[in-house]
Amino acid sequence: MSLTNTVPESEKTRELGNSRRKFQFPFPLLPFFLFVGFFLVWPLSKVLIASLKSNNESWTFSNYTPLFHGIYFHAFVTSIRIGVVTALLGALIGALFAYVIDAYAGPRLTSILDSIAAVFANSGGVPLAFTFLASFGANAGLIKLLKSLGWDLYAEGFSIFSFTGICAVYIFFQAPLMVLVFKPALSGLRKEWKEANTSLGGSPWTYIRRVAIPILFPSFIGSFLLLFAGGFSAYATARALTVGNVPLIPLIIGDLINGNVISDKTHLGASLAIGAIAIAAVAMSGYVWAQRKSSQWRR
Amino acid sequence: MSKRVTSGSELVISGISRAFGAVQALDRFSLTIAPGELVCLLGPSGCGKTTALRIVAGLEKSDAGTVMIDGEDLLAKDANQRDIGMVFQSYSLFPNMTVAENIAYGLRVRKKSKEQINKRVAEMLELVSLQSKMNSFPHQLSGGQQQRVALARALAIEPRVLLLDEPLSALDAQVRTQIRDEIRRIQIESGTTTLFVTHDQEEAMAISDRVGVMQHGRLEQIDTPNTLYNKPETTFVAGFVGITNYIPSVADSKNEVQVLGQVLEISEHSSVVKKGEEVRALVRPESIHVEKASHGAKIITKSFLGPMTRVGVDAGLAELIYAEMSSKEAKKFDTGDHVKISITTEMVMVESV
Repeated sequence: MSLTNTVPESEKTRELGNSRRKFQFPFPLLPFFLFVGFFLVWPLSKVLIASLKSNNESWTFSNYTPLFHGIYFHAFVTSIRIGVVTALLGALIGALFAYVIDAYAGPRLTSILDSIAAVFANSGGVPLAFTFLASFGANAGLIKLLKSLGWDLYAEGFSIFSFTGICAVYIFFQAPLMVLVFKPALSGLRKEWKEANTSLGGSPWTYIRRVAIPILFPSFIGSFLLLFAGGFSAYATARALTVGNVPLIPLIIGDLINGNVISDKTHLGASLAIGAIAIAAVAMSGYVWAQRKSSQWRR
Repeated sequence: MSKRVTSGSELVISGISRAFGAVQALDRFSLTIAPGELVCLLGPSGCGKTTALRIVAGLEKSDAGTVMIDGEDLLAKDANQRDIGMVFQSYSLFPNMTVAENIAYGLRVRKKSKEQINKRVAEMLELVSLQSKMNSFPHQLSGGQQQRVALARALAIEPRVLLLDEPLSALDAQVRTQIRDEIRRIQIESGTTTLFVTHDQEEAMAISDRVGVMQHGRLEQIDTPNTLYNKPETTFVAGFVGITNYIPSVADSKNEVQVLGQVLEISEHSSVVKKGEEVRALVRPESIHVEKASHGAKIITKSFLGPMTRVGVDAGLAELIYAEMSSKEAKKFDTGDHVKISITTEMVMVESV
């Protein structure tokens, strides 16, 4: 007496049904497709075309040459560094918060904390910059207090207008965003996995190392990439905090396209925008892959 | 038929109790399982069966009592030191590992050599007939396949006792029967002492050497499926195991009761009754005889169960009386037919109303 490896008939029928199903245009999604077409595909095409044209409207790749050297390359590197540093720190801090909330907060407190995290995660921009200026600016009360206690942050090279300052401000919204996107993955760790590890002779550390971390890893990477994309392309907060001392791609693109700083450089601005979109697209592709992987494991 | 091996361990549970706040989940629960035996704990939700199993596994603490395996005190050991295999209700396979890696998990934790692990994994895959799926991930398997892998993973460490916590409840009916038989075959082949928890009486009766029926944290009765069905010791067991008619009756004396106009002897495990007391007689459907009549009781329902057919008869009582007969005999009856019903046993169990 033995079992065969067959899939139950009901599952077979379902698979067969799926493969035979004819394609039908999803009409209820038409408004969404139109929205994407008008506000994403159409403008993106315009920017792409603009990046491939010279000032006299002839086709050229020359707008892309500055991306690989000089100040624009440096700006890309700085933006990527800010994206990576703030995403990494935000991911680590946020993951820690998410764990503490998941492990110790009851359903009601969790709901309140989720709401708070959502508010913080969406509190970027000029108001956030001013909040930090009030707290960490050279003449802010906190900085003065620390100075009176013998710790002069500005004398040690800290400035809210520096790379470090920008990172500190970004983490303010990156960490709560991490709480929001990573906590579902933590909640998805099933009690049975922990108990199965125990009954099979594993220690808590064995469970963390061999089960929990590998299961959470795709979600963590996905969340990190989402945070990176946000940090890399943040504009308003950076605009309010920097005064040209930290070259960042979103600000440079804004200046070039608006013609605020240098005129006749809109085509270069378009090529920088395409470069930035390409980087964000790579990050978001990684995010989608990671989400798919982790949802597959949570089935 | 597979060869029966009895190399397992003896499990002795003595007087374990567990309370969750005001709820007494287990109340001085005791049970002894012989080496190689499969015992089912059967009972309604909240009767304490899963708590008992989890205490043996070390996943729950007991407030009192002892659990011994081959004379060794189990409660003094951490859960991960007990050498107990466990299969959970929901699929508990590690989703990041292949079938082979899942089965090898307990062996890797025990730092077995690569050769030993590979050999044991191959044995287990053969045991559950899943050699072709060794490199598949859990999400690529059906529910039944996942539970077979979970069983293989639990058995791979050669546990002293195997615990199964409603392992079939997430499966559909057809697969459930298939996996149930497979679990029994594997258990007999491996000779592993097994404690199986379920709320499905058919499952319990089909798979077990003995079935323990639980209520309110205590064992009501533990016996072979046959004895449990035919000689229940409490009215709860009689009502929970199998289908039972509760027929309003009147006690003629403390030893006799009048049921449907027949005087029957009261069985020894019944409630203590006195003459004239209104009671309920517990009668199995197969102990009800049905014959055609010109008036009186009427057949209301007729359910085909394969070789047997069950009819529901309105005898003017609050509830229908169910009778079972061979499907061949049932051809003589249709719904709406008037019938006369009688009880074929001489002794019935009664409970006070």
